[in-house]
Amino acid sequence: MTDAVIRVVAAGPHVSVQDGGRPGLARFGVPHSGPMDRIALAAGNTVLGNDPGQAGIEVSLGGLMLECLHGELGFAVAGGGFVIDHAGQRHHGWFGSTLRAGEKLVIRPGFWGTWACLALAGRVEADAWLGSRATHVPSGLGGGKVVAGQVLRVSDTRALPQDVAIPVPVFALPRHKLHVTLGPQDDLFPDHAMQDFLHGQFRLGSAYDRMGVRLTGPALVPESALDIASGPIARGSVQVDGQGVATVLLADHQTTGGYPRIATVLDADLDAFVQLRPGDQLRFRAVSADEATAIARTKRQTTARYLDALRRRG
Amino acid sequence: MTALHPIAEHALLVEFGRQATDQAHDQVLALDAALTGTPPVGIRQTIPAHASLMIEFDPAQTDHNRIGAAVQDLLSAPAGPRPTPAEHLIDICYDGPCAPDLDAVARASGLDREQAAACHLSGEYRVRIYGFAPGYAYLSGVPEPLRLPRKPKALRDVPAGSVLIAGGQCIISTLTMPTGWWIVGRSPARILTGDPARPFLFDIGDIIRFRRIPESALR
Repeated sequence: MTDAVIRVVAAGPHVSVQDGGRPGLARFGVPHSGPMDRIALAAGNTVLGNDPGQAGIEVSLGGLMLECLHGELGFAVAGGGFVIDHAGQRHHGWFGSTLRAGEKLVIRPGFWGTWACLALAGRVEADAWLGSRATHVPSGLGGGKVVAGQVLRVSDTRALPQDVAIPVPVFALPRHKLHVTLGPQDDLFPDHAMQDFLHGQFRLGSAYDRMGVRLTGPALVPESALDIASGPIARGSVQVDGQGVATVLLADHQTTGGYPRIATVLDADLDAFVQLRPGDQLRFRAVSADEATAIARTKRQTTARYLDALRRRG
Repeated sequence: MTALHPIAEHALLVEFGRQATDQAHDQVLALDAALTGTPPVGIRQTIPAHASLMIEFDPAQTDHNRIGAAVQDLLSAPAGPRPTPAEHLIDICYDGPCAPDLDAVARASGLDREQAAACHLSGEYRVRIYGFAPGYAYLSGVPEPLRLPRKPKALRDVPAGSVLIAGGQCIISTLTMPTGWWIVGRSPARILTGDPARPFLFDIGDIIRFRRIPESALR
């Protein structure tokens, strides 16, 4: 048995343990959680020979600095265009190597992207809740936030035989045009608000965390909205408050809510959407249910081919 | 008027109405039970709410049309026997610091503190939806005199186990959270049970009654 001990020297806000998530419990108020960019964690894990959903650490724009106190630990960083400083060497782009006692690993934002995942060749010791180490950050349930001063233990560690440059697929780049299905409460919005939603330009606001991101852009004031009963919310729901401000709900979203939902972003677009940064532009494009299905199936195949290729390299 | 709405590539929302009525909630629960009994291929989970049910599915295995057809079949079939809702007796303390807002609620309702506690205790509550945070079960059934709008200002760091009311709804909180609801009691009940076999105390549709305990019995 080999293990490694890692000290967290510095960690930005919203840095947390994440795994493949906690499915099937939304009826009890528990969202899926898991990484904001699920491709990122799957890519890192696949390079290391792990299951795609094995627990790792999600890194926000605030960055992460680790120091290895003991042992040696294979790792892979994927998601966003982060800069990786490892043992005095700088790497741009997705990258895997081995962190050894006395070495530091720094992951900080580069030219693009908002979320990276640090996958680990070993099992990180973190609390599981309802079968998952994914952190629901608003409550702290699950593996938990990663904070400065913390010591992480990783068991059953493996070193990588050599450093790995991980190819960044085109579909992982930030996505500015989002496919949506309209509704379920689009009928509560006047025609001009629907036109603004479909043809206007929006930007990500600065209120951006794992629960969702508020948008700036045309006000989408509903005609008569605020007395509808709370209904189920999906990851990707676009809810609009009484002032007409839209919010796209993400990994740690509330499972029900009473604001009208004008549309839902396709799940297939969300991993690339979350890599936009506050201030970046976006537009919405409505698709039919059948088009949504076709887009999702193509995305699924593309992702599977990419991960297969990573697996064969490893 | 039942409406089916496609939600992205992976869900269908069945809307029985827009308002929280007993009839719509009954329809939600009936469809939820029918889907549990005869799950269509590719279904991942169902999320019941006041007047609508979201059905999440794997878009690689099925699509909105097939799930919609299954829903229509279930809705047009004669209703099966309705599952009997479970009933829970939940301890509550209305004493002193357990119920910091009970005096204000009593004043606003034209009651004294004891009457307000007795009024809350007399209600039969029903689990309508979960939301806001893990284990936050929204109960209907707050007796008419105690139905007040939320407080003008939210209070921070309200402890887990607080019994909160606003309008016709009641919550037993599961986490330390800010809230603008009225804190009328404290309960030792754990909605997040910590039991992997049954992690949540209530199912949607369950009936809740409260039983008064003194502060000394809280722990």
